[in-house]
Order: sequence, then C-alpha cells, then structure tokens
Amino acid sequence: MTARSSVLMQVHNLRVKGLETGATILNGVSFELKAGEIFALVGESGSGKSVTSLAAMRLLPAALVITGGEVRVADLDLFELPEADMQTVRGERVAMIFQNAMSALNPVQTVGEQVAETLRLHTSLRGSALRQRVLQLFAEVGIKSPSERYSFYPHQLSGGQQQRVMIAMALACEPDILIADEPTTALDVTIQQQVLALIKGLTRSRQLAVLLITHDMSVVRNTADEVAVMYRGEIIEQAAVDAFFRNPKEAYSRRLIEALPNLADFHSAFEGEALLELDDVKVHFPIRKGILQRISDYVRAVDGVSLSIGRGETYALVGESGSGKSTLGRAILNLDRISAGNITFQGVPIHSLNRRALLPYRKKIQVIFQNPFSSMNPRLTLREIIYEGVDSLMNLSGTEREQRITVLLDRVQLGAEFSQRYPHELSGGQLQRVAIARALAVEPELIICDEPTSALDVSIRAEVLELLQELQSEFGVSYLFITHDLSIVPGLAHRVGVMQSGRLVEQGTAEEILTRPQHPYTQALLASVPRVDAAESTDSTGE
Amino acid sequence: MKPLLLWSDLLIYLLVLMLCLFFLRLRGDPQTREHWRRVFSTRLGMVTFTLILVYVGIALLDSLHFRRALEPVEGTQSTERFYDNQVTSALDVMLAGMGERFERTYSSPFALISFAKENMKDENGALYRDFPQLEHAGRHLATPADRWTDVLKKSITALIWGLLISAVVVGMQWAFLRRSSLPWYASWLTQTAVICLAVWLVLISPYYHVLGTDRGGADVAYQSIKGVRTAVLLGTLATLIMLPIAVTLGVMAGYFKGRVDDVVQYLYTTMSSIPGILLIAASVLLFQVYIDLHPDFFSTGMEKADARFIALCFILGVTSWSSLCRLIRGETLKISQLEFVQAAHAFGVSHSRIVTRHILPNVVHIILITFVLDFSSLVLAEAVLSYIGVGIDPAMGSWGNMINSARSELSREPVVWWTLSGAFFFMFVLVLAANLFADLVRDAFDPRTGSRVATA
Repeated sequence: MTARSSVLMQVHNLRVKGLETGATILNGVSFELKAGEIFALVGESGSGKSVTSLAAMRLLPAALVITGGEVRVADLDLFELPEADMQTVRGERVAMIFQNAMSALNPVQTVGEQVAETLRLHTSLRGSALRQRVLQLFAEVGIKSPSERYSFYPHQLSGGQQQRVMIAMALACEPDILIADEPTTALDVTIQQQVLALIKGLTRSRQLAVLLITHDMSVVRNTADEVAVMYRGEIIEQAAVDAFFRNPKEAYSRRLIEALPNLADFHSAFEGEALLELDDVKVHFPIRKGILQRISDYVRAVDGVSLSIGRGETYALVGESGSGKSTLGRAILNLDRISAGNITFQGVPIHSLNRRALLPYRKKIQVIFQNPFSSMNPRLTLREIIYEGVDSLMNLSGTEREQRITVLLDRVQLGAEFSQRYPHELSGGQLQRVAIARALAVEPELIICDEPTSALDVSIRAEVLELLQELQSEFGVSYLFITHDLSIVPGLAHRVGVMQSGRLVEQGTAEEILTRPQHPYTQALLASVPRVDAAESTDSTGE
Repeated sequence: MKPLLLWSDLLIYLLVLMLCLFFLRLRGDPQTREHWRRVFSTRLGMVTFTLILVYVGIALLDSLHFRRALEPVEGTQSTERFYDNQVTSALDVMLAGMGERFERTYSSPFALISFAKENMKDENGALYRDFPQLEHAGRHLATPADRWTDVLKKSITALIWGLLISAVVVGMQWAFLRRSSLPWYASWLTQTAVICLAVWLVLISPYYHVLGTDRGGADVAYQSIKGVRTAVLLGTLATLIMLPIAVTLGVMAGYFKGRVDDVVQYLYTTMSSIPGILLIAASVLLFQVYIDLHPDFFSTGMEKADARFIALCFILGVTSWSSLCRLIRGETLKISQLEFVQAAHAFGVSHSRIVTRHILPNVVHIILITFVLDFSSLVLAEAVLSYIGVGIDPAMGSWGNMINSARSELSREPVVWWTLSGAFFFMFVLVLAANLFADLVRDAFDPRTGSRVATA
C-alpha cells in the first residue's frame, strides 16, 4: 500500500562477529526503511536485533566488530564516513530511542533543559525561540501542560512521560529515520498502547522511516507496516504485516504468533472447598518523617482485599505494576506483615502465627518468583537449592531424599544430571523449571506464582505455563497467579481478580472478566491485550 | 637458649593457620576457585603474590623468638642459668649477626669511615679531629682504594651462589608445575631476584653496611628488614580484628533492619565523627600509662614493646570498622531483598542458616577486597602514627620509627638520606605489591567488573 514511498535507509548484507570468540552474531542482514512506514524487527533475546541497529549506527560495543556489509542513508555510505560526520548523521538524520528512558535521561537536569540542549547543539535557536520550540515538541509528543513539565526532573515524570520526552529529544533535530529499540517494554500495557500510537502517528505526520525493534508480536501486529523475523543473527522471514499474520511461512514465526493467546478458550468455573481465604486484608507501610522518625502517613499497598482460592483452583490476580498484587502475595507468605484483616488457610488464621507455629504452613504454601536468575543463590548447586526447603520443612530418610530430586527434576523435564550444576549454567526457562521443582519439593497445596513467565522469552513462556497446568492436574495444587498480562489468563485461570491501587476492583470467573468486563479499568486493560484474530479489526494503515 | 613466645608471635602463626584454612575451604566452591584462577592467570598477580609471600615469610621467620643463654660468670657456682635480655629471632640467625655490628653513629652506605668527625688521639697522644674508621666495615681491605673492586668481586660471588640456590628452588617447583597453565615463570623470576638479593645481602653485610648506619650506629638494612614483621603483622592483625566487628554488625543491621539497624548506624556514625588519629593517640597513650604502671608484667623490653604493639593493632582495628560495616550493611540490605532469600523465608529456613548460607557467601567478595585494600593503608597508617610518636615502641623495629627519625636527618647538611630510603624501599615494595594484588582481587571478585577482566 505504500510501495511508492521513498527508501531512506538501506542495510545490505550486514555481518558482525565477536572479536574474542569469533562467533557470528549477524549473518548477512538486509532490509530497507521507507518514509512513512514502520519496519519491525522481531526476535527473542539474543537473536541479534539490537546488534543490528547498533551496528548500523556504528555504536557497537568494543567486543563486536562489523565484518562486512553496507549501510546507506540516502546517498551516504555510513561505513565510509569519518567519525565526525557520523556524529552529525546520528544526531540530525537518524535518531534513536531506547527501552529504559529513565537511565537515558540525566537525573539532575530538567527535561526541558535536556531537550533544549540537543536543539542548541544542532540548530541556531536561542533564548525564547528555543524554549518555544521545546514546548512545541512536548505538545507534539502529547505531554500535557508542556510549559509546566518543562521544569520537571525526570524522576517526577512517569515511565510513559519519560519515554515521550525521549521521543521529543529524538525528534528535536528533525531526523528522517527513527530507531526505536524496545521503546515500550518497560512500560505498563495501557501506557504501552499510548506510546505506540504516538510513534505511529508521528511516522505518518512527519513521514519518518521507523525501525522498531521488539520481541512482542502484539506490538508488531498493532503498529508495524512490514515485519522481519530474526533468528540467530539472520532474517528468516520478511513480509508485510497483514500477509505475515495471515500466513507465516517459517515454523519459528508460527511459534511466535501462536504464543499469542487465544482469548476464546476458558476453564469452566470452579467448584470446590476453599483452601485460602483473605478477608479485608490490608498491608500498609509507614512513611516516617523527622528526626524522631514519627509515622506521618502510610503507603496503602494493599487496601482491603477479600478473595478465596479453592483446592486445585487457579486464581489469577491481574494488575499493573504498583497495584499491590505482589505485596499481597508476600503477605500471604507472611513475608510482609498485614495491618488489618484475616488470612485463613484451611480454616487456620495464619497471619498471626509466630515463626515456629507457621512452619507447618510454610510447607503448604510455596512461591515461584518472576526472575529465575535472582531467585536462586548463585553459589549453591541446584541440588542444594532444591533441598533447602526439604531439609528445613520435612523429615525424609536418606533414600527418600535421594529419590525425590531425581523424580522432581524428571518431572520438570530437566533430568537428574542437572543436580550438580550451578544456576548460571542454565537458561532462564530451565531455571524457572528448577524454581517450580523447588516449590514442589515440599509438596505444597498452594503455590503463589509471582509473574513466573514475564522474564522469559515468548516461545518458552508457553512451555512453562503448560508445565504448571500439567502439575496442577497431577497434584491438585492451587495457584495464585500474579500477572500484569491478561493475555495468559484464558486457558490458565479459573477465576480472575483485577487489582488497582491496592484494591480489588473486579473479580469473577475468567470468562466473565474477559468477555464482559464491568469496571472501566478492566476494560482498559483488556483493550490493550493483543489479539491474533483481530486481523480485520486492526486500524487501517494506508491513509 | 630459651624459646620465647610473644603474644604477637602466637597471633601471627594463628593467623597464617586461619588464612590457610580459609583458602582451603574456599577451594570447595568452584566459582571462587575460578575467581582465584583469574587472579593468578595474570603475570602481575603471580609477581605481586610472590612478593607478598616473601614478606610474610620474613615476618614468620622473625616471629620465632628465643633468648640466648648467657655464659655462666666465672667463679660463681650457681646452677641457675641466666638468659640474655636481648630477644633474638630465627631471622637474626639467618642474617648472621647483621644486627649486632654496631658503629658509633651515622655512616653512609658502603662507607669505610664514619659520617661525623670525632676527636681522636694519634700515636703520639696528640688530639686531632677526623672521620674515624668503622668497626665493622672494610676492615679486611688492604687499602681503601680496593673497596669497589672488592664489592664487585663479592657481588659476583653472591650472584653465582644466588643463581645456584634459585636453580635448585625453581627447579623443584618446575618439576611439579611445568604442566600448569598459570604463568609460573613470572613467579620464578621474582623468586630468583629475591633469592639473589637475599644471598648478596647476607654475604656482603659482614664486610660493609649496605644501607649505612643510623644515628645509634645500627645497620639500616637490618632495621628495614626487621620492620617487615611489624608491618605485615599490623596490617593483617588490625584488619582481622576489624573484620568480625564490621561483618557481624553490618550483616545484622542489613538483615534485621529496624531497631538493630538504628543502633548500628548510630554506632558507626558516632565512630566516624571522632577524628581517627586523635582517638588512636588517646587510646595508645592510655595503654602506655598502664604499661608504665605495671613494669612487673613484662620480663624483657621486647615484651613491653610487644604489648604496646598488640594494643595498637587492636585500637586500629576497633576504630576502623565503620566503612566496611557500611558497605556490608548496604550489600546485605540488597541481598536480603533478593528473591532467593525470600524463597528461603518461604521455606521456613532459620535466620542463622539464611545468614550463613545465603548472605555471607554473597558478601565474601567485599570482605576479601577490603582485607587486601586495608592491609596497605594500615601499613601506611603505622608510619603516620609512629611519625607523630604514638605508634610502635621504638624498641621494636618499624618503618614508621625510621621515617620519624628521618625528620631531623633530612634537615642535616650533608643530608642523611639512607634511613628514609631503606624504610621507603621496603615499604614501597610491600604496599605497591599489596595494592596491585588488591586491584586484581577486586577485578576478579567484584561481579560488576567480572566480565571485563575475563578477556584481559
């Protein structure tokens, strides 16, 4: 549909190698960026998509070298330019925005000043004209009341606002090309949509050529015009977005697309005895002020939550970061004290038990954390890690103990030969399996899964979720599944609770929540969930 | 001969034993072993570690003390044996009486005559003023003009001996270690250099004062070597006294938080707001008064000096824990929020087990880095303290005391430069080696710099 648009940047047969290892990082990557179009480069971590953009801009870390290829911006061959000219290209013709806006902004300078600084370097604007231009840019990227925000420091802005400032800074010098490296990964889903819409709007209005690097198929689906799938340093498939989603050619692309959830497949509602019951649970953290550290106020992390989880049931607790869902998980584990309310497990109020009296319940309630790399002590072997709970909570004979680890590692599809390895020798997906094995080792009845898949690549995510479900039907264990991602809820959860600023705003069966959401916040969350079957409903791009 | 075990001797051997056990235990952890491998796979690591070991070796030899039996005085029938008040060490024996060849006052390196003129009488009994001959230097020479050829001849002999001994020492190691991938040759070269220097010193010092003599006529080279024990012991002992305080308080503050944290923070903010030198000076002077009031506790001057020395180590250790404590508290705060510690809580693991299994192993790198870094700063601190007169007892050889005496020597004309140079050279080599080694250790153990060194 935009075949007539001009090509602004050409990458041809780009090759990159590791200097020390000699490993091939990029193996002949070629693509073109056209004015007014978004070209998405998709791949999992380590596929070489970020290296591609850094190599094209000659910003590779010292450990990597470009061994071949050509990058052209209009009529310039970037690899032939002296470094000084390259600087000008980077500022004025090609702009870049990164994943983490907070660390890209200088924390001790106001955001307005930072944008002005860029303008001062590349244009002749000074004084009030300069300020006007900054305000104009802020307005363009959708920052509300720009003149007020001009004197804000980065930490006073939210993640989405910071990313907008980054975009304003990138646009300051009127570039033709914008490279966006995972621009929305660090943002909450609802804000993600807004920032993507902004990038998309700017692409059209300014006729930018955008290279969008992402691991998230839903971002591609909703924003890009053309897509290239990267796998181990090569582009294995390249097509227009509509054609790609309708008919992916490579098996790997299919897997990436299939990792997107099917929002039609629900668990039937659950009937059974209640295992865990929360009654008006509150977790307040005191804010202390002054020399005497008097408590001046409270952070109401969890503010009156009531819910119950049945035996063998999966309860999904959904909310954005800061909504208090993880704190609630920690409160159930008795890692944080609750300020009010009741937590009863099998009829016993466990929140008031002391350390020793709690031990039998520790065995019954276990946890799997988000980041498998930090949830295991790097200095212990997997064997020691898995035995930690067993030795602390159970009395097992020597042979039972030996058998258990073999059975467990087999059950999570790792194999007993892993028992002597150290965490750093395993991949994220494998480590998360170990974390599951560790939780299972003490035969718990409830496992609190705190975002167990959000640190994993999409193709592995599905496998881990599948394993969790298998284990549920096998051992009848219940899950409290804490997540920010509504898209994994169908097919996993029986019931769903939606949390916003410490309160449970809506709860019900998965089907109710996902098909007939009542609360506006749930509706907003749901609107930002990508849908594969939405090929027809995506907004048209060829205006 | 009666062996004499000073408190500091006991401590130094205990220390070496503990360090050996510590490193043996660390060997069990493959990650730590990998880190150490990284340290020793560099030539610099090998050279500096060899030098440190040489210093430690000298310190250990110098810690085998005994008192010589005195010859029974003719005519007395007493069966009781008396012992020399002068304490001798194994090192003194090896240096072949280097410390017993006193002159009357200053003499420059390799000098044959004294530095200062004295009144002397000639054969006729007439008084004249000239530089007197030294008692223990160049007596074997026929004419003073032969001096430099003689030094050269003796040096060459010493070099040949040195190379022969090195060949044996290095050869034995080579037989065992030639297949090792570590750069042992760097260590062997260092060893050869050290052995040659040592042999040369031992062979030539009966004939000349290599580094001259000081105001009291004592051999400067000997004093510099005696300073090694003081420095090594002070560096390690003070650090080891400081470590348990800092680690216990730091981990407790970071792990339990709340009131415990408040108390610990209060302690170290108070501690670090008192001027360090003042606190140390006051404590040392207090202890000095105690020593002076109880002379009967100590049978020799050396024991008195030793008591003061241990007190100094103790005071340095007790006053310098705050910075490490702060570091460890911060790191513990960070680690105790990590998910593996949370998981351990969820498993009902006890506090003591969490601390020993999860927290301590993950702060070991900080402890290790601080240990090596603080070592050199404490050696330097000793020099500063001795300079202002609250350091080591003058009876005990120390570089700080030598530097202190240099204060007046440097203002003389012609200048007396060798005392300062001797102390400076030995201290410089030790502190430089320790600092370079500390850098390597930090690079290898600090997780943030880990990947960078992997390719170096």
